[in-house]
Amino acid sequence: MLQKIKKNQFLFEELVKRDFKTKYKRTILGVGWSLLSPLLTLLVMRLVFTQFFGQNTPHYTTYLFCGNLVFSYFSESTSQGMTSLISNAGIFAKVNVPKYLFLFSKNVQTLINFGLTLCIFFVFCALDHITFTWKFILLLYPILCLMLFNIGVGLVLSALFVFFRDVQYLWSVFTQLLMYASAIFYNIDGYSYTVQCLFLCNPVYLFIRYFRKIVLDATIPTVWFHLLMLADVAIVLGLGCWIYKKYNTRFLYYV
Amino acid sequence: MSVLEVQGVSILYMTGDFKDIGLKEYVVRRLKGQYHVTEFWADRDISFTLEKGDMLGIIGTNGAGKSTLLKVISGIMEPTEGTVKREGSIAALLELAGGFDGELTVRENAYLRGAMLGYTRKFMDDTYEQIIGFAELKDFEDRPFKQLSSGMKSRLAFSIASLVQPDILILDEVLSVGDGAFRMKSEAKMREIIGGGATTILVSHSLEQVRSMCSKILWLHKGRQVEFGDDVEGICGRYAAFLEK
Repeated sequence: MLQKIKKNQFLFEELVKRDFKTKYKRTILGVGWSLLSPLLTLLVMRLVFTQFFGQNTPHYTTYLFCGNLVFSYFSESTSQGMTSLISNAGIFAKVNVPKYLFLFSKNVQTLINFGLTLCIFFVFCALDHITFTWKFILLLYPILCLMLFNIGVGLVLSALFVFFRDVQYLWSVFTQLLMYASAIFYNIDGYSYTVQCLFLCNPVYLFIRYFRKIVLDATIPTVWFHLLMLADVAIVLGLGCWIYKKYNTRFLYYV
Repeated sequence: MSVLEVQGVSILYMTGDFKDIGLKEYVVRRLKGQYHVTEFWADRDISFTLEKGDMLGIIGTNGAGKSTLLKVISGIMEPTEGTVKREGSIAALLELAGGFDGELTVRENAYLRGAMLGYTRKFMDDTYEQIIGFAELKDFEDRPFKQLSSGMKSRLAFSIASLVQPDILILDEVLSVGDGAFRMKSEAKMREIIGGGATTILVSHSLEQVRSMCSKILWLHKGRQVEFGDDVEGICGRYAAFLEK
């Protein structure tokens, strides 16, 4: 395994470079643009929703940002990961390379983007008079989970996209719906207990909630909450790996 | 000790309505019973062994299963039945011009391609000048790849690929690249690689080429193995007679 990684390290580095260069087309502003997009979403939400949902939520800007931060990473990573296999069909049909490298390379890119947005997030936290505690270190846990979760979803989606070309549209509709179901701009406290439990079935909501617990409430979620997140990650990642293993040599027929 | 051992390999190939369809279309076709997947044996019960230094020519008409067999040998596909045993590294030089990225420069593409072929970064650093020199693209190295002519693209591809020093080399109709002058150069280079002791598999429609270069012949017809052996003249003669029929 270690040998395999070493062997493909050069290819992986070159793929990351390629994705980075083609995405930003060598413009210095390129990286800036992709940072601007979550900030604009935040701005619009802040302006529109404060009247309706922001009255009873303290630190509403930070509350919103937690949701946007997590959700934009999730949606960017999965939607870009989805096309990673198809767009490299010309390569894997000719050369025997590990196919997951294409997805990983895309994920490195979105992770960098997320990292930059996270820095801005902390600046906003400071502006919003959030107290920084040592518990902020625990944010590494949801970030790591989210990263693996995104890779898992990416594996599943990129494989599905090879089989069915309309997955792209279905996924964009689904992401839209998921966005509304992830309590990004509203508070779930008003719902009955049963409904609140239903929210826990949404993995993306779990990540958002973890962020809010740490940043806004300065409390550590329960052990069960940690395990629930881990279970979601394991299921999705397991499914993705299984599909890739099963169809490794059969993707070829579909491109 | 044989370098390559292909034992009773059969490949079931799928073709049909599953390409380029959407989930909705799939469901509709399934319901209407119009979803057809045809499976056929692209290769059936192929067996042969190659020793070190052998030069195998695979001949056969279109659709004989040559390319599919090569894909299995290089590990891109898995055989449905049978086994392929390889000793040492393997490199396939299939259709050269694909897999480049138009947005990247010539230099970046060269490194990417090198990485795909399993070279190390150090190896690329050391040989980059040689590659660009051989491809005669020195003046273009920082241009976006999409600005190159198709001849230039295959020249670059060949130059990178020809640096391989594999134990098994697979050539699928790649001996002729570029214009007259470059073709001479590339053929000479090719012979140099083959002369270097690699076991080589060559797929070609040029009987001339196969006759002059190969030491063993595998003749495929519609997925079946018609003949395999080192009687190059005999097999080529019978194949030529078969073609004239």
